[in-house]
Amino acid sequence: MTTRQMLRRTGYVAFMAVVLAFFAVPMLWLASAPFDSDPGIGLRWPDWTLANWETTFNHPYALGSLVNSIVLCVVATAVTTVLATLAAYALSRVRIPGRDALLYVLLLLSSVVTGTAAMVPIFVMMFQLGLINSQYATGLVIAGGMLPAAIFILKDFVDSVPRSYEESARVFGASPTQVLLHVVLPVARPGIATILVWAFVQAWGNFLLPFLLLRDVSQQPAAVLLRTLKDEGGSANLTVIPVFSLLYAVPVVALYLFVSKRYGFRFHGGIKA
Amino acid sequence: MASRDTAGLGVGRAVAFVSPALLLIGVFLVFPALWTIYIGITDYALTGPSSVAPSVVGLDNFVEALDDALFTNALWLTVVFVLGSAVIGQNLLGFALAWLLRGARPALRRVVEGLVLLSWILPSVVVAYLWIAVLDRDGGTLGALLGSPGTAWLVEYPMASLVIFNTWRGTAFSMMLYGSALAAVPPSQLETARTVGASGWQTVRDVVFPHIRGHVLTNTLLISLWTANDFTPFLLTAGGPNHESETLPIFIYQQAIASGRLGYAAAISVLLLLVNLVVAALYLLLLRRRS
Repeated sequence: MTTRQMLRRTGYVAFMAVVLAFFAVPMLWLASAPFDSDPGIGLRWPDWTLANWETTFNHPYALGSLVNSIVLCVVATAVTTVLATLAAYALSRVRIPGRDALLYVLLLLSSVVTGTAAMVPIFVMMFQLGLINSQYATGLVIAGGMLPAAIFILKDFVDSVPRSYEESARVFGASPTQVLLHVVLPVARPGIATILVWAFVQAWGNFLLPFLLLRDVSQQPAAVLLRTLKDEGGSANLTVIPVFSLLYAVPVVALYLFVSKRYGFRFHGGIKA
Repeated sequence: MASRDTAGLGVGRAVAFVSPALLLIGVFLVFPALWTIYIGITDYALTGPSSVAPSVVGLDNFVEALDDALFTNALWLTVVFVLGSAVIGQNLLGFALAWLLRGARPALRRVVEGLVLLSWILPSVVVAYLWIAVLDRDGGTLGALLGSPGTAWLVEYPMASLVIFNTWRGTAFSMMLYGSALAAVPPSQLETARTVGASGWQTVRDVVFPHIRGHVLTNTLLISLWTANDFTPFLLTAGGPNHESETLPIFIYQQAIASGRLGYAAAISVLLLLVNLVVAALYLLLLRRRS
């Protein structure tokens, strides 16, 4: 090995070591602090205990907020998946006048009107309609934001479903609704599952909209409660925060693992999926 | 035309299938975007007389923004945040990882990719705590590692902290995009570069870059758009100390909700929407030209 190759090899190893440390070190806190008898803000080898878990489960709002998260996510995910499937199917199979322009505008909308750019009108709208603190309304707002991307991804999936299945079903006298339910849905299942998981993860992690629209602590999802634990009484609640962070993060990681194992990690252009 | 409608759906039923989704998109995406423009030309406020009867003030809000030191500050910080963490940080680190991981051992590759992806998929509130744990003054991990605790990184170097944080947070996307772009570079050309003894940097510049130029551009546009609209800095520094890390999203939030100046905040939102529109249109144009 020449000196040059050795230098290059050393540089490579050093770079990878730094990258690994950069990405791993922040994560370690999530593995150690929830089980430490004296959880601090920094990282240390824990003095193992499960007492933090008991405190967290006894916290007046902790478990309730996880239930709220589930309600919010179920509303947003169900609405997104059902409406996007219907729309994607129709757009894929029928040339509605102006379809291409519509798809183009949808793609544009999904990246232009972000939660941040639209927070003022959405807050004002919900405020004037008296829908502040309504979990269902917040779920619908989140669904509205996810729909363009969901329709776009799903249309790609439905486009790849061969039309011959539907033609055969039609020949045997199936109605359009039967074709959709019994032919298209089963074949497009991987696409629908991807959207289901994608929508759930997006809604689960959404902080800004519930933070704006759900001001009452008993209605707030985990994302917002986790944030308020920091400001409560001026100092951070260090017994509950690590455990609750872990509880709140686990479903997201589990769903990603499930999808990438089952369907492979797909990569949809500009969409975080 | 009818013969192409294999599902027998018909235009009428197709429209019925599409309209619920369009209704929701119209109410919660299109209408708010247009309404922002209207709110932006009024003095609408959360409390006080103009909360009941707001009056149209024309372009006053926009004129005021030009003179508002806090707004120009927010604009500048957003540019720093986007350039530092997206255009430079995520782009370079993402490309470096994609390039160097090609020939790596599968085990190393899986571990690195797994960690980079994990930092991308974890909910923002959780990653904010992870980084507060790293950067805190008392017992923060970085202070302990450097053997010099007592530096409150988020207070003393708020923007630098946010840039490093967001590079960590978002590199996964660039890594994956460049990973798939590099797969399209003809192996024979890389082989030739190796035989003539080109260095790694020369190979990247003369062989790889011409093939992935389009990907670099679209990737940069997308991550810049997301970074400019990212609300996560709020969870780390809330814009402080003393507005030193108040990027546009936090500025809009502070003006609208904390100060209750909805009209002014809407005017700023219009500017953000316009920038988003330009960037997204450019992105779609490039995509279309490539296909």
